[in-house]
Amino acid sequence: MSQTELIKIDQLNINFGENRVISDVSLSLKRGEITTLIGPNGAGKTTLVKAVLGLLNPSSGTITRNEALRIGYMPQKLHIDTTFPLTVERFLKTAAFSGTDDQLDALRSVKAETLLKQSVHSLSGGEMQRVLLARALLRKPELLVLDEPAQGVDINGQVELYNLIARIRDQYNCAVLMISHDLHLVMAATDQVICLNRHICCSGHPEQVSSDPSYIELFGVPGSENLALYSHHHNHQHNEHGDIVPLAEDQHSNCGGHH
Amino acid sequence: MADFLIFALLGGIGVALVAGPLGSFVVWRRMAYFGDTLAHSALLGIAIGVLFDINFNLAVVSCCVILALILVSLQRQRIVATDTLLGIMAHSSLSLGLVAVALLDDVRVDLMEYLFGDLLAITPTDLLWIYAGGAIVMLLLWRLWNPLLAITINEELAQVEGVPVTRIRLALMLLIGVVIAIAMKVVGILLITSLLIIPAASARRLATSPEQMAIFASLLGVVAVSLGLYASWHLDTPAGPSVVVAALVQFLLLYSLPIRRAA
Repeated sequence: MSQTELIKIDQLNINFGENRVISDVSLSLKRGEITTLIGPNGAGKTTLVKAVLGLLNPSSGTITRNEALRIGYMPQKLHIDTTFPLTVERFLKTAAFSGTDDQLDALRSVKAETLLKQSVHSLSGGEMQRVLLARALLRKPELLVLDEPAQGVDINGQVELYNLIARIRDQYNCAVLMISHDLHLVMAATDQVICLNRHICCSGHPEQVSSDPSYIELFGVPGSENLALYSHHHNHQHNEHGDIVPLAEDQHSNCGGHH
Repeated sequence: MADFLIFALLGGIGVALVAGPLGSFVVWRRMAYFGDTLAHSALLGIAIGVLFDINFNLAVVSCCVILALILVSLQRQRIVATDTLLGIMAHSSLSLGLVAVALLDDVRVDLMEYLFGDLLAITPTDLLWIYAGGAIVMLLLWRLWNPLLAITINEELAQVEGVPVTRIRLALMLLIGVVIAIAMKVVGILLITSLLIIPAASARRLATSPEQMAIFASLLGVVAVSLGLYASWHLDTPAGPSVVVAALVQFLLLYSLPIRRAA
């Protein structure tokens, strides 16, 4: 593994029972790079992320992590039972051995320093996401893993949140792996896009991908009305067994074709 | 004051002190039914203890722990929903216990004592068990406090952050097993869960941090035990149920008072 490579995944397969949810995925995460995972529901995005985090064991293939890799993880949603009395401060304190200064710093870098004394049950969706991000930062992560960080955040807040993530990457010089549905918003702050549908459908630098005519078809034009909806096209289709069947009319690009 | 009353009070206080923090975890992690199931299996532990001539406390703790382990492995196989599974195990282990006790015809086991507790019959040996067991539970809780909180907030987050989730979860089950064994004398198998959850639920009303909730739950439990015992002595009511009624009155009072929730 090279110096900047923090995680290298090689020909990863994950099965749930008879069902193969991740098929032959290879990728690497590098320091200072933001990698965005996109794909339809049930594409295995969260499964792949959990494998990266070490929460799931691969059925086959290898995941090589840098020795003693510090990972900061921000789960998609954190449900804390309302019977659990918890302030933001106490919540951050369960993360690691962190002093109040560290906590304030982390909250400041997500612009949430005023929340320290509040109950976690009184936070809005966006505030909770910021606090979760602050908690991940407390570990001074080399790799930051974010599962749909913008969930429950309004559209203006989302733009801000993705800018924030890009700033955090600069500040901490960490690798970022995130799942997102909001392609247009993350494009500017992403170094590598991976389109996942159980296997990797296409991947690359966003500029590289966007110079491809099929990119417009795949992701739509930024700012256009299909902001939230994007149509999904592939150079192959799946038969009823889930096997990959190439499409005959596939020609000009690795992202083109029809699903 | 008569000796047996002092023993009863000391025993009840000892149990209430450990039930506070553990009961808080039972409330936070929604394990009330789980605690009930473990408690129901305690009678089976008694029967096994009689049969093989093992110390009752040890037999009950081991029975609870074994049941907890079986429960976890069955839960993973997803044969039936967890609450169904808990229902099956709670009532069948209680029934197995009752049948086993009935079959041991040469030994008389006072069922009422185990089902509803016999606080007034606590002996100095029982006190020793309660305080020794309680001290071990408190020590472990103190050592494992942060990881226990971390897995209560979110198990996956805790695992990514390096908490040995499975071991901590097992430790919590073991602790609940020990508390059930020592609390059995006080309120009995059928009422143990109430001593765990009612003071903790009442404490939620006043607490702004997990630590506060655990401490308030202990204190409220101590008050409930004292009030229940006092009522039992003066009104000649059964001690265990009187303690539970006292805890209920506390709960109702606290939730009818206009207190603003701070956290």
